[in-house]
Amino acid sequence: MNTFELTSLLFLGSLIAGFLGSLTGLGGGVVVVPLLTLAFGVDIRYAIGTSLISVIATSSGAAAAYVREGFSNIRLGMFLEIATTIGAIAGAVVAAYLKLSWIAIVFGLVLLYSAYESVRSRTDLRGPSQPDRLAGLLRLDSSFPASQGLQPYHVSNVPSGFSLMFTAGVLSGVLGIGSGAVKVLAMDRAMKLPFKVSTTTSNFMIGVTAAASAGVYLNRGYIDPGLAMPVMLGVLGGSLTGARYLAGAKVRLLRIVFSVVVALLGLEMIYNGFLGKFVQ
Amino acid sequence: MNAPARPMSDKRAEEIIGNLLRTGVSIAAIVVFAAGIPYLIQHGTAKSGDHTFQGEPSQLRHISGIIKSSLAGDAAAIIQFGILILIATPVARVAFSVFAFVEERDWLYVIVTLIVLALLLFSLTSTNL
Repeated sequence: MNTFELTSLLFLGSLIAGFLGSLTGLGGGVVVVPLLTLAFGVDIRYAIGTSLISVIATSSGAAAAYVREGFSNIRLGMFLEIATTIGAIAGAVVAAYLKLSWIAIVFGLVLLYSAYESVRSRTDLRGPSQPDRLAGLLRLDSSFPASQGLQPYHVSNVPSGFSLMFTAGVLSGVLGIGSGAVKVLAMDRAMKLPFKVSTTTSNFMIGVTAAASAGVYLNRGYIDPGLAMPVMLGVLGGSLTGARYLAGAKVRLLRIVFSVVVALLGLEMIYNGFLGKFVQ
Repeated sequence: MNAPARPMSDKRAEEIIGNLLRTGVSIAAIVVFAAGIPYLIQHGTAKSGDHTFQGEPSQLRHISGIIKSSLAGDAAAIIQFGILILIATPVARVAFSVFAFVEERDWLYVIVTLIVLALLLFSLTSTNL
């Protein structure tokens, strides 16, 4: 295969990944690494570097739309970004010393979890009525626009949310993904935020987290322009198109189908990891 | 200590942040696309060599090298420069937030945001992590 053919195929694959990722809410970045490694035989280090770039592109593009709606909690996002950026830098540094097959196996497990998280039925957990002392000190409580006007909410379990965010950052640095599923876990489950607030704030944070590890990957020479070019443009184009079609699409069925694909990719990553296919 | 409903200045800051992110991503995509065409003309028929891992050469790794090679007209370096703009976009967002919090006299969040900014700049400029 010559470079032109590879570039075209990568662009096409990334376009589809971005489109499905944004329609289903799983994000296009989650399938970039399996796509590059399993389908194109790209080294997993290059694949992770490339994936980080596509994650920054889609999250910044989407966050631009979200912040205007007033759902994202900017103070909370900024506070938690301390945890995710430290985690992301640590993860990116540690990744250099990890066995590639281990990275592949952890990646597979995170894919399985993301697939589960996306099909799990979501009930908006009722937030705590009592304000939390730490959340109050940090002025994290806010409100979001609901049909009956501004709806105030409290934030709880700040320390456990903060630690989960650190984990999300580490995973993002090691695997080159946005770790959206873990971020939502931290905000949705631990900090008991309204669902719409946790998803949009998570999206808002993903770009900053990915930028922290992308710096390390770039400096280490893991970001290849020939791969990053088609993947970034493809995922970005796909996810912007996906966002446009979101309103009229039957998302439920599509989400189940895409989750099954993601889960299968996860199993394949684990399988190949155990076979030692990722050895340098 | 409960925060009141978001004040107007928050709303304005959010709009500026939204525009900043959109502009950054658009410029990055245009630069990467524009450099991608000459890149493919130069390298299109070559056999793709990404299966084996070597790591990028230093002029495609570090900010100074990328800028120097971009100015020399190297297509691969200009793609990296576009990627650098993309990475800088969330960094610029955080930098802007520092000013937004200063304007609101929210010193706690000025500090929080400065910590995040310092971490980002550290990761972008450290060449031996």
